[in-house]
Amino acid sequence: MTPASTTASRQMLPVIPLAALFLAAFVLPLIALVAISLFRTPQFAELSLAQYLRFFSDPFSIKVLTDTVWLGTEVALATLILAYPLALVYAASGQLMRTLITFLIMLPLLTSTVVRTFAWIVLLGRDGIINTTMLSLGLWQTPARLLYTWEGMVLALTQIQLPLMALPVINSLLRLDGNLTRAAEGLGASRARIFITIILPLTLPGAIAGWLLVFAAAATAFITQTLVGGGRIILMPSYIYQQAVGVQDWPFSAALSLIFTLAVTGIVFAVGALSRRYVRGVDAA
Amino acid sequence: MELALSDVRGLSLDLKGIGHAFGATVALDEIDLTVAAGELIALLGPSGCGKTTMLQIIAGFLRPSRGEVRFDGARVEHIPANRRRIGMVFQNYALFPHLTVFENVAYGLRARKTAKDVVAAKVEQMLGLAQMASFARRLPGELSGGQQQRVALARALAIDPGLVLLDEPFSALDKNLRLDMQIEIKSLLKTFGVTSIIVTHDQEEALSMADRIVVLNKGRIEQIDSPDALYDRPASLFISSFIGHTNLLRGTVTDADRVQLDAGPEIDLGRSAQRRRGTPVTISVRPENITFGAEWPGAILVTIRATVPLGAVSVTEGVTASGEAVKVSQARAAGLAKAQVGETAWLAISDVSRVSIFSTPVDDVSKHQQRSV
Repeated sequence: MTPASTTASRQMLPVIPLAALFLAAFVLPLIALVAISLFRTPQFAELSLAQYLRFFSDPFSIKVLTDTVWLGTEVALATLILAYPLALVYAASGQLMRTLITFLIMLPLLTSTVVRTFAWIVLLGRDGIINTTMLSLGLWQTPARLLYTWEGMVLALTQIQLPLMALPVINSLLRLDGNLTRAAEGLGASRARIFITIILPLTLPGAIAGWLLVFAAAATAFITQTLVGGGRIILMPSYIYQQAVGVQDWPFSAALSLIFTLAVTGIVFAVGALSRRYVRGVDAA
Repeated sequence: MELALSDVRGLSLDLKGIGHAFGATVALDEIDLTVAAGELIALLGPSGCGKTTMLQIIAGFLRPSRGEVRFDGARVEHIPANRRRIGMVFQNYALFPHLTVFENVAYGLRARKTAKDVVAAKVEQMLGLAQMASFARRLPGELSGGQQQRVALARALAIDPGLVLLDEPFSALDKNLRLDMQIEIKSLLKTFGVTSIIVTHDQEEALSMADRIVVLNKGRIEQIDSPDALYDRPASLFISSFIGHTNLLRGTVTDADRVQLDAGPEIDLGRSAQRRRGTPVTISVRPENITFGAEWPGAILVTIRATVPLGAVSVTEGVTASGEAVKVSQARAAGLAKAQVGETAWLAISDVSRVSIFSTPVDDVSKHQQRSV
């Protein structure tokens, strides 16, 4: 062994525990998943691509996948729309206000997803705070169905995932040179024009980072999807759970898992690659 | 499409009684300034003197606590920056990094909803004037500092501003490039006939660019004058040491027109000192107004401390018996007596009419003098 390669392998020493964990807890299960998905029957008989053919020839399964991707997109969009006004207020605020806003953004991250989800059940339920308030004010005649609806689920996920969008957007807005917006203003641009032509394109890397995080987190949010969405909305995470635990069809649920994983990572990489092509003159990161 | 330059005309600017405070800190106090259409003015002063605050008030980014701002006689304090017909050139140029050179220059025109063919023609004309036509498709990050500055100026001038404000425009450039860019930008601004205000802490920049220089210190105007007048007849000890290099010598008025220097000789001012006999004074003599001489009346005896060749001129520094430093600047070709370090020499003032006299003690400005050297 040459001295150089000895040094290189020495340098790798500290990452060995992590690499071992990664191998044992991620790579090996993933290989097992691929192997399981290649059996034709739940009894692990006969190797074939039958499970994949079954998925792509079944309109219901495809609908579950597109619904899940759409959910991630909707939540990411909703957090994006909320994050920009928040970031603009933050950037324009003094130190005290900034600390307060940071605290409010971080607060949801400090509680467990289960707790946050149950809080939304308390809010949205038939006898929940929103219904009782609207009824007692006489604004609604009958309690509205908020829980176990698509909209309720999007609302809850938006609130829960907002920090993942707000933090990168705020970060990239703070790094924006104040002279750029002043230059645009001096050149006669209105506030709306400055936002669209200067602020938005130059903070796009932050927005895309946030978009990817929220998209992936919302699409795979098993607990919130199940508890707020209820049993009637079937999305990929609950579909996989149902096939594995309920129906005991491990090969099909393994195929579902791989298709879902590839779909989410594929979209994440595609968006990342597209954004790098269209974001010019701005540092990534 | 051919666009004429003649429809571009600078506006006149009047500041009356402008005052501004940030909390308890007074940034500007009682500023009065009149700028004629087409004039090139430099706001010069050390950092913290209020010049940037003044620029922001003129631009409309800041509303003054007190006073009036008038463009062509009309008050504008209530008009926001985006409706003031002002072109701004920032210290770091503030070019939009995600837009090409063309799009940067077109930005102000598009914000004004200008027709597409007019935008293209105007941008082309501006880039041509700034000698940047072949860089239209580049991004700012692909340009050198001087090129970025040309684009920044083209962008500011494209909107036909009545007033161009330049904030420390040369500070990011290499020293060698600076004078070239100063000459180039001055001639561009003059071609346009646009009124221009350049903010700077660099006296050389102010001297080379401006028709008139406004010297600011601690939020107040110390003097408004042409570069030559400011150099030859500084109104205060602060200015005499801030503009160019100078020698400050302590002395006492002994007669109507005579000052006894602590350094030794009594000098004849050739004019009234306008102070009572016995008043302690500081006189300011430029290094190029001193020559090596002999034991003449009024000559100062010094011990040579250092000789510094600076290309065209050679600067020699001596120390007087009173411990004051005196610098002499001579054209190097003159081949006058080459003083050796450690030797003594007699220094004489060439032209006493160009000596300034102040009542302020020298210690008050020593800080500023150090900064300007």
